[in-house]
Amino acid sequence: MTDPILSIRNLTVDLPRGADRPHAVEALTLQVQPREIVCIVGESGSGKSITAFTTMGLLPKALTPSSGEVLFEGRDLLTLPAAEHAKLRGRRMAMIFQEPMSALNPCYTVGDQIEEMFEQHTTLSKAERRARTLHLLDEVQLPDPPRIYESYPHQLSGGQRQRIVIAMALALDPALLIADEPTTALDLSTQAQILHLLKDLREKHSAGILFVTHDFDVVAEIADRVVVMKQGRIVEQGPAEEVLTRPRHPYTRLLIDAVPRRSRAVGQDLSRSPEILRVAGLDKTYHIRGTMFRPARTVHACRDIEFGVRRGETLGIVGESGSGKSTLVKCLIRLEDPDNGAVWVEGTNIAGYSRRALHPYRKDIQIVFQDPYGSLNPRRTIGDQLAEGPTNFGEPRAKVMARARELMRIVRLEPEALNRYPNQFSGGQRQRICIARALMVEPKVLIADEAVSALDVSVQKEVLKLLNEIRDRMGLTVLFITHDLRVAAQVCDRLIVMQKGEIVERGTVDEVFGTPKHAYTQKLLAAQPGQAWEVPDIASLPPARLDAMGGLI
Amino acid sequence: MLLFTLKRFGLAICVALTVSAISFGLLYMAGDPAVAIAGENASSVDIAAITAQYGFDRPLLVQYADWLGGALTGDLGRSWYFDLPVTQIVTDRLGVTVTLGALAISFALILAIPMGVAAAVRPNSLIDRAALFLSVVGQAIPSFWFGLILIVVFSIKLGLVPASGSASWKHFILPTVVLGYYATPAIMRLTRAGMLEVLSADYIRTARAKGLDTRKILFKHALRNAIIPVISLAAVQMGFMLGGSIVVESIFALHGAGYLAWESISRNDLPVMQALILVFSMFYILFTFLADLLNAWMDPRLRVG
Repeated sequence: MTDPILSIRNLTVDLPRGADRPHAVEALTLQVQPREIVCIVGESGSGKSITAFTTMGLLPKALTPSSGEVLFEGRDLLTLPAAEHAKLRGRRMAMIFQEPMSALNPCYTVGDQIEEMFEQHTTLSKAERRARTLHLLDEVQLPDPPRIYESYPHQLSGGQRQRIVIAMALALDPALLIADEPTTALDLSTQAQILHLLKDLREKHSAGILFVTHDFDVVAEIADRVVVMKQGRIVEQGPAEEVLTRPRHPYTRLLIDAVPRRSRAVGQDLSRSPEILRVAGLDKTYHIRGTMFRPARTVHACRDIEFGVRRGETLGIVGESGSGKSTLVKCLIRLEDPDNGAVWVEGTNIAGYSRRALHPYRKDIQIVFQDPYGSLNPRRTIGDQLAEGPTNFGEPRAKVMARARELMRIVRLEPEALNRYPNQFSGGQRQRICIARALMVEPKVLIADEAVSALDVSVQKEVLKLLNEIRDRMGLTVLFITHDLRVAAQVCDRLIVMQKGEIVERGTVDEVFGTPKHAYTQKLLAAQPGQAWEVPDIASLPPARLDAMGGLI
Repeated sequence: MLLFTLKRFGLAICVALTVSAISFGLLYMAGDPAVAIAGENASSVDIAAITAQYGFDRPLLVQYADWLGGALTGDLGRSWYFDLPVTQIVTDRLGVTVTLGALAISFALILAIPMGVAAAVRPNSLIDRAALFLSVVGQAIPSFWFGLILIVVFSIKLGLVPASGSASWKHFILPTVVLGYYATPAIMRLTRAGMLEVLSADYIRTARAKGLDTRKILFKHALRNAIIPVISLAAVQMGFMLGGSIVVESIFALHGAGYLAWESISRNDLPVMQALILVFSMFYILFTFLADLLNAWMDPRLRVG
């Protein structure tokens, strides 16, 4: 075996006093070999990003590595003076970040920002720098490099920006590439391209890659070795094949068990259940006014959308960004007015109703949004926020509060939580509060708009289970909007697939995923990471053996 | 960028026309201008004569067009008090004010921006505290008092600089400090807040991950983004300094345009006031226009036509 590029031994990073635990990372040991992709997996707060940032020397000031060593090319980065560490950054070790939308400086062209790497670390002439930059743009498969070179970040898409960041990271052939959730913010097909690109580049540039992610499908797609972290500690590490198919630690097993399976148990027969919501011929077109220099544009966000949902049914609406699924949702809850078409709620067409006429029907369709942090008012108690809906429809406060307490129990929170503020809850708890809030007005239809996308897998699993339970118990109809095919497969009875504002495919989960007919659905399914991975049945594995500290024996 | 410039320019012209109409209307807001000119004991015959002489009996729109045409060719009428061309009076005084304004805003920017940056780089450090102290003091001290203190210390006790007048560059030192210091706190606070926000941005982390040196990260990547709102503020401050420097001009006996405005109000010299309002407004419009262009040049996202 060759010498590792990166060897972290016994690294401990302290958290500031008063945090929920003393160390962000504790006694962490791992290695990265040349051409090896090591994935650090864990849920939020597991210390996986902290490990990456410590290696790069980019830790926030509040965090300090207190012991251990980080050996990179024979030098301990923890004892290296800051200026020396800075010289390694970019040249020998480079990083790709999670948020491509904000990772680039809006004031400079992307060409200029890539060239900075050469300016800082080499003595190349202006012409050479430009030539190398254009070559890099070509290497990360961006179309028309000279045009991209002159572009500003805001003129590029998320996927394109992430390619720019990757090009920047690869500029000087670093020995180590650290990728911190580089595809989390991207669409499925863009994610597939970026993962493919990274695998390609590892061959060409012989770099070792430390890949931080929370997504086991991505791990299955890309990892050679896997390191599983929980609360700052490594609970298990080993070859990808080993960890993914025969996980030994209960926590790894828990995480893998939470990965949504592609198939699902057969749902109940709903064919005799009444239709609650029917949408027909729904159109929404946005007109973007032209100017002297730019022709006017019309965007067909929704075109001739038609579907029906029965009581107790979950309909999945699947599509990538720009597919029109968000516009459809806005039209259903009438945050936007559809241009054409009908939306029947139990036989009443509300599409053309005025604001006033619509009011009593507002409570029939409720929604849970993606971001549980942004969708609760931080200055008001949970109880106030839950009570607001029914109070608005004229119900007496006492009755409303009784219902709020009952709903808190249903979403498995203490009724005392009603007196607290949103910042006292975790993301998963907040999302359950949002679900309770939506249920306060006893809706007939619940729309979950990417409602579990921002949550960790184990939390995601719980929230999905809760949604199913509530649906069955209350006879709700659920519209489940998602870009995550696995999640869709798990909770939905039927699916519709949207592309460019149109429904391109519809059917049961088995029909759509088993025998996709439309080219776009096929493409989406092919873009899924980790398809070769047969998710193991955790129950069939031998029992885990742990020592007193919770470590593997 | 060209389209953006043209649009902004068009907008500036519209604002200028609106302002000109308002300052023209000013003449009529104080009652019949002929009565004002004629004085308290004038007979109705005199008033009629003046009305005819000045053309107050013509339709308003004609008068406005006439006045606007004059203004565009540099003729702003005659002062009722001095009986001299307004243009001549105003330009005589404007030099001092513009010099003082330019010096003061430069002083403020040179003091405030580095201090704001330094404070943001090390929040809660000694330099941050010092900057905070300076800005609180700057906001709390009235300019007239600060001006008098400076005169007592530097002119009377130490004899380093002259206390009043505008004969040499030395005469401008104290007024520049007083007027500039007045504008410093706001600019500094905004620079500090902007830098603090920008320094925690993802693209600064990217810049650090690239191994760029601190100077480049601070001045190329951070400051350019943080300075954009500061430019807009400085433009407004600059406009304010031209029109609002009356106090400072009085203390240091700099007979500039601000002082002239104050004199004209007490003399009821409407044409001069009218001209000054117009000139100050034009400066405001000009500075805002320039600030918009500068901002668009700095931040490509603002260049949308």
